[in-house]
Amino acid sequence: MRNFDIIVVGGGHAGIEAAVSAASMGCSVALVTMDKYAMGRMSCNPAIGGTAKGHLVREIDALGGAMGKIADKTGIQFRMLNKSKGPAVWSPRCQSDRGLYSAEALKFVSSVENLDIVEDSVMEILSENNSIIGIYAKKEGFIKSAAVILSSGTFLNGLMHTGLKATVGGRFGEKPATGITESLERLGFKSGRLKTGTPPRLRKDSINWDLLEEQPGDYAPQPFSHFTPIDEFPYLKQVSCYITHTDERVHKILEKGFDRSPMFTGLIKGIGPRYCPSIEDKIARFKDKKEHQLFLEPEGLESDIIYLNGFSTSLPSDIQYEALKKIKGLENAEMIRPGYAVEYDFFPPHQVDLTLETKLIKGLYFAGQINGTSGYEEAAAQGLVAGINAAAKIKHLPEFVLKRSEAYIGVLIDDLVNKSTYEPYRMFTSRAEHRLLLRQDNADLRLLEYGFNYGLIPSEIYEEVRKRKEFITNNIELCGNFKISAKDINPLLSSKGLSEVDSSETVSKLCKRPELSLAEILNSMNGSAPQWFEQLKKDLLSLTQVEIEVKYEGYIKRQNDMIKKLERYEDSRIPLTLNYLNLKALSSEAREKLNKVKPRSIGQASRISGITPSDISILLVYLKN
Amino acid sequence: MIITSTEDTIAAIATPPGNGAISIIRVSGSQTFEIADQIFLGQIKLSDAPTHTIHYGRILDHPDELVDDVLVSVFRNPHSYTGEDCVEINTHGSPIIQKKIIDLLVHSGARLAEPGEFTKRAFLNNRIDLAQAEAVIDLINASTDASLRGARNQLDGLLSKKIGFLKNNLVNAISLVEIGLDFAEEDIEFIEYKELLERIETVSGEIEKLLASYSFGKIIKDGVNVAIIGKPNVGKSSLLNYLLKESRAIVSSIPGTTRDIIREEISINGILFRLFDTAGIRITQNEIEKEGVARSREAIKNSDIIILMNDAVQEYSGDLLNEISSFVEKHKIISVINKIDLIENRDCFKNNIGISAKTGEGINHLLDSLSKAALKHSNYSEKSAIVSNTRHYQCLKNANDSLENAKESIINSYSGEFISVDIRSAITNLSEIIGEVTTEDILKNIFQKFCIGK
Repeated sequence: MRNFDIIVVGGGHAGIEAAVSAASMGCSVALVTMDKYAMGRMSCNPAIGGTAKGHLVREIDALGGAMGKIADKTGIQFRMLNKSKGPAVWSPRCQSDRGLYSAEALKFVSSVENLDIVEDSVMEILSENNSIIGIYAKKEGFIKSAAVILSSGTFLNGLMHTGLKATVGGRFGEKPATGITESLERLGFKSGRLKTGTPPRLRKDSINWDLLEEQPGDYAPQPFSHFTPIDEFPYLKQVSCYITHTDERVHKILEKGFDRSPMFTGLIKGIGPRYCPSIEDKIARFKDKKEHQLFLEPEGLESDIIYLNGFSTSLPSDIQYEALKKIKGLENAEMIRPGYAVEYDFFPPHQVDLTLETKLIKGLYFAGQINGTSGYEEAAAQGLVAGINAAAKIKHLPEFVLKRSEAYIGVLIDDLVNKSTYEPYRMFTSRAEHRLLLRQDNADLRLLEYGFNYGLIPSEIYEEVRKRKEFITNNIELCGNFKISAKDINPLLSSKGLSEVDSSETVSKLCKRPELSLAEILNSMNGSAPQWFEQLKKDLLSLTQVEIEVKYEGYIKRQNDMIKKLERYEDSRIPLTLNYLNLKALSSEAREKLNKVKPRSIGQASRISGITPSDISILLVYLKN
Repeated sequence: MIITSTEDTIAAIATPPGNGAISIIRVSGSQTFEIADQIFLGQIKLSDAPTHTIHYGRILDHPDELVDDVLVSVFRNPHSYTGEDCVEINTHGSPIIQKKIIDLLVHSGARLAEPGEFTKRAFLNNRIDLAQAEAVIDLINASTDASLRGARNQLDGLLSKKIGFLKNNLVNAISLVEIGLDFAEEDIEFIEYKELLERIETVSGEIEKLLASYSFGKIIKDGVNVAIIGKPNVGKSSLLNYLLKESRAIVSSIPGTTRDIIREEISINGILFRLFDTAGIRITQNEIEKEGVARSREAIKNSDIIILMNDAVQEYSGDLLNEISSFVEKHKIISVINKIDLIENRDCFKNNIGISAKTGEGINHLLDSLSKAALKHSNYSEKSAIVSNTRHYQCLKNANDSLENAKESIINSYSGEFISVDIRSAITNLSEIIGEVTTEDILKNIFQKFCIGK
């Protein structure tokens, strides 16, 4: 009988981060997957990042995770989204070579010490006295462990739909995982059902490319990972995506198939993502929209498959095919595989704690789509948190919980646990009330220290970032104090057609003018610049940080003021042993919800969906006595 | 940790202390009926009485000694003021009886209520929101018709509804901003800056109206302070006395006898006027008067309106006007000439109001002027949503400042995440008014103001 510290079930994006982090922290880890060549396989679009998701990847990377590194190695188009907006909402995104991504993921995982890949199917989660003792697998039988991390994606009782035809499976051509849900339900967990979809795949050569609008990558692509050497990047040849649109003719054809849609006929019971709707959903919901934008994304450099982003559907394949032919550029398109919807089991995430350990069974962790999230990045972030916490518990290290003010990862898990979710949860920048601080450009400054503390970041890198952080802080302070003479700055102001100053002015104040960059201001000092500024001019990374912090100081301050008001109760702890069912002054709904979530602080309690301000007042009154 | 404070049953005398025809003792909490039944003997047990019924019976002391005949009103949760089981015991209005009954209730398991605890429970049980809870204080303290109606409307949720409406508008606007950020790469339409600016301006316009109603709201709630000033012997006390129709202020013809400030309250057209008779402003060597002079200066500074009084017999002098003009805004001053009954020629008054505190001549004219000066040119009535509470005013002001920042960001074409910061902050400020965002301080502050029994 084999014995590990930690068993990770599933080799997707969550499973990889969980296994890699736990093994790097010195635990013996088994990663159990039905097919190791499906490691890190992208079930849906061949892309990593995007709005808010790009932030998550940068944070995972700063904590020593794998996703950014693998994405950099296998990216074939890199773009920074939202460039026209402020720096807080810039988000990196890349198109990936689907095949290479998976291969690179396997290579990455295989290279990690203490990590065994076990090809098997998990039949049952085993526990004794509400503590994990291991799993029962089809081939290996009983495998013993102190912790189990479940990251089984869309495979739990997966059911794929195209039209009225349903096939069991978690992904095209792959078997579902059966038995785990039932095993967990026997332990007392509540499950639910969600749905997600994927669009048809087209043959590259069958598309009239000349008719389409090209969308190239950035001129100077930026890697996700803080550790990717910029002179070697990008590793692969870079390619373009293309844009086309549906029109009313296409919508008419699709509508013909609505009576055979598993969505509209009620065949699919699971709830789909509101924010990433299928094309039939878009037509039904936005009736006045005459067209919808579609992206043709290459699945890889060598691949002849094109992913039709925006056309996710579970309509019958004959309807899909007929409609495609009417889309500009797709007149002769050959459909390699129709789109389909997949339904799967999940466990509403109020059943886990902020460490992602389940409240029912000690040593059992849930990460990824099993918690009701959608997206690779959300899954990876949870995998990392679950992996670190499972290992930390075994190594007697403090638990790893990020605050909402520290990271999108903190927001993600706090939202899941408190609000639970009944539709696939996707990250957005608007979910982060600390948005102006949680930028993709400062993920390392915010989080690298945690990675270092848990042994996931080498000390020399940590030391370098620590010094940079100090250097940045000093420079920000200097900007507030150091004044430039009118004589020095006025030539720059007049050259830009701006009003000149009468007397000397601080760098900070000048920098707040939208038209001026910090570099320009520093350069206008004729040899009178302090040493720190001279150094700053040469250090582009730090310069950007100082500029953002100084330029948007007023906004950041106001954001913090407001949050401080709301977060006064983050530190008012509630004993986890409090039995809310005895608090008769609370409404029965509030009692039930609080008892389910068992919040750690008044602040956390206030974010639980359905908890009203008066419930919070009652809790405050109790805690005060 | 003791889990009691809203679990136990509370009792308090709800009517003013002292002797009266009747007095009411209020009991609220989950044990209300059990406790009341221990001391009450009537036709049926209160535990069996339906809600909103009244029962005659007797309150008995332990060896079955009659304390009083009473009427008990029964309210069952959630249909009571507090939202809990509740009884109100109507007794004869004797302090001894009240005390005995309270003692009996406490002996049977009730606890003496803290100030404001009944209303606090109503708030905690979601019967009323924070602004409504505050209205209860105002209702109790209302001393004129207008203040009563204003408080009543706030209690009925007039202001809460208005704030909720404004907040929703902002939530809607911010949602559109956020969509623009989160779906920039997708083909979902978002809001244009021009439209966003219009929406914000609409809300801030409404907030400004509420802010402007504050002076009116404060007037109908708190009344208006009026200082009567003038040289010694011009008849300030006489005017005050005439208005009060009673002789409380010392009236004499020796200059400088009104050393203390005398305060009286009168109601004109439903608005409360607090009148201060001040010592005549003048330089004096008298030590006692020096004190009086300093106090009158203070009273003048704190006044909303100043009645500057001269007398028709003495020669008109501008000294006093000049002196107070140095620390009082001009529009606050109503110039009055007294003793017009003593002269024939009345053309010389011009901008002054001529009165006689002796005959009452011209007094109505003065009252009208006071009324007009108090309300200025406001078009408010207590029937519209008005702000009369300093806390509400401050929250609205903060919200408006945030919206000003948001407008500036929009005009400077800043990206949505910056605009969002200030709109979010405005939403938080509005939420604070109705208590959707409550901090312990606000709660404490509000409930402290209640007297026991409410």
